Amino acid sequence: MSLQREDVEKIAHLARIELSEADIPRYTDNLSSIFEFIEQLNSVDTKGIVPMAHPLDAVARLRPDMVSETDQRVHFQQNAPLVEAGLYLVPKVIE
Amino acid sequence: MSWEVVIGLEVHAQLATRSKIFSGAATAYGAAPNTQACSVDLGLPGVLPVLNQEAVRMAAKFGLAIGASVSPRSVFARKNYFYPDLPKGYQISQYELPVVSEGTLLIELEDGTEKVIGVTRAHLEEDAGKSLHEDFQGYTGIDLNRAGTPLLEIVSEPDMRSAKEAIAYMKKLHSLVQYLEICDGNMQEGSFRCDANVSVRRVGAAEYGTRAEIKNLNSFRFVERAINFEVERQIELIESGGKVVQETRLYDAEKNETRSMRTKEEANDYRYFPDPDLLPLVVEADFLQQVKAELPELPDDKRQRFMTQYGLSKYDASVLTASRELADYFEEVVQSSECEAKLCANWVMGDLAALLNKNDLEITESPVTAAHLAKMIRRIADNTISGKIAKDVFEAMWAGEHDGDADGIIEAKGLKQVTDTGAIEKLVDEVIAANPGQVEAYRGGKDKLFGFFVGQVMKVSKGKANPAQVNDLLKKKLDA
Repeated sequence: MSLQREDVEKIAHLARIELSEADIPRYTDNLSSIFEFIEQLNSVDTKGIVPMAHPLDAVARLRPDMVSETDQRVHFQQNAPLVEAGLYLVPKVIE
Repeated sequence: MSWEVVIGLEVHAQLATRSKIFSGAATAYGAAPNTQACSVDLGLPGVLPVLNQEAVRMAAKFGLAIGASVSPRSVFARKNYFYPDLPKGYQISQYELPVVSEGTLLIELEDGTEKVIGVTRAHLEEDAGKSLHEDFQGYTGIDLNRAGTPLLEIVSEPDMRSAKEAIAYMKKLHSLVQYLEICDGNMQEGSFRCDANVSVRRVGAAEYGTRAEIKNLNSFRFVERAINFEVERQIELIESGGKVVQETRLYDAEKNETRSMRTKEEANDYRYFPDPDLLPLVVEADFLQQVKAELPELPDDKRQRFMTQYGLSKYDASVLTASRELADYFEEVVQSSECEAKLCANWVMGDLAALLNKNDLEITESPVTAAHLAKMIRRIADNTISGKIAKDVFEAMWAGEHDGDADGIIEAKGLKQVTDTGAIEKLVDEVIAANPGQVEAYRGGKDKLFGFFVGQVMKVSKGKANPAQVNDLLKKKLDA
């Protein structure tokens, strides 16, 4: 399966990545070769094998329900370009 | 040609854990903005999520309570989308392998019939932060305290056929999660909210119609109105030759209408994939056994018990078991008054419920305690006061007179019922003597006047004469 230009544009948009005109053919080729690789994997007979959700053969360790974090707002908000009244400010988003 | 309405609900119940689903930050409601958002919740580089055991326990509890299967192995996935209140650019949720699948919930409709609604699945996920659009010129304020709060998303089958059924289902779920103590059920604070999938089809059609999803309904009333509006919109649209498009719609409570949110074609392209930061969740059989042992009596079982143990009607039992707190209150009244359950039920569902409603109070906030109400009911049962006078006593208890003690109020106000035959006879004689005209008319055949005499005697006794004795004596004297 090979990707079309529109597919790449759509993926880039979903990922919020800006691609220049010149880059699009290169990405289209690279991504297409990933799909070819996946197709190779698809050709292997996996009947009866439980799909793997994680490369490690281990299960989740759970955490007791305890509050262990303290308020570090001042600290964290030093990274933010704009804050007011304790809130992070971002350009207006309207639904 | 008539239409059939098809509704499925997605309910988000905020799990009542102390800390977040993947971090040790607090989940308390109402804290100052961003004071409960730690590095994991903010999605800072290098942090890793670690799953909260209590959230898993609560999900398992729910699964067992609806007779679902709790998956021995489930997987967390990333749901990718961009919005400023979602710092990581993805929400950790469950997709292909949810922790709970295939349960049922029994709902009761207004006409008393019952219906089984299928629950397709329930999965664990994290909540997003909050966006405040109003207060900042040209900006949106972001509060990430809620980011990472554990949610159980409960997805129903498209089994409901009217807004009323949808409400009955939602109320039942609302009651159940509170019985299980896994969610506080506070809808104003957003702890329990709902999206409704609504479609219509011709009666008898085999295929479902195209559905619209109505987002973020946070009250029972809104759910009902939004569904009814949406149903009418879709029917009108189809009947005038149009077509329903699959889309997300927002309910506007002020205008009582739903409107399209966004129809961007990628709106639902979430590109789910297993989250590499989280290993599969394994629920062991003995863990499940332990959770099962901790399950409280469930609403349906409690209702059945109330019917058999107390001889209550199905309706009474349903009302009294609608919440665990109300059921506990009722049982305390019965046990401590040692009176007939039906009499207790009438007071809890009648005068008490009316005053609670009027003052917008929950049963847990009742100024009249179960013990105090029990004491008053005992005074009705032992004939110290009549049922009518009891209403005055109850109001005085509600107002906090004599610390809500019925005996104190009865004593201070002189409300004790008069059961002394001699005293009542005296009143009866007085009334007969004072109304010669009516006596003559009654004896002449105007039977209806009997009520007038009863009323007069009760009036001169200030309501305190025992009504049964008044009746007996009047009959004896007037018919003599």
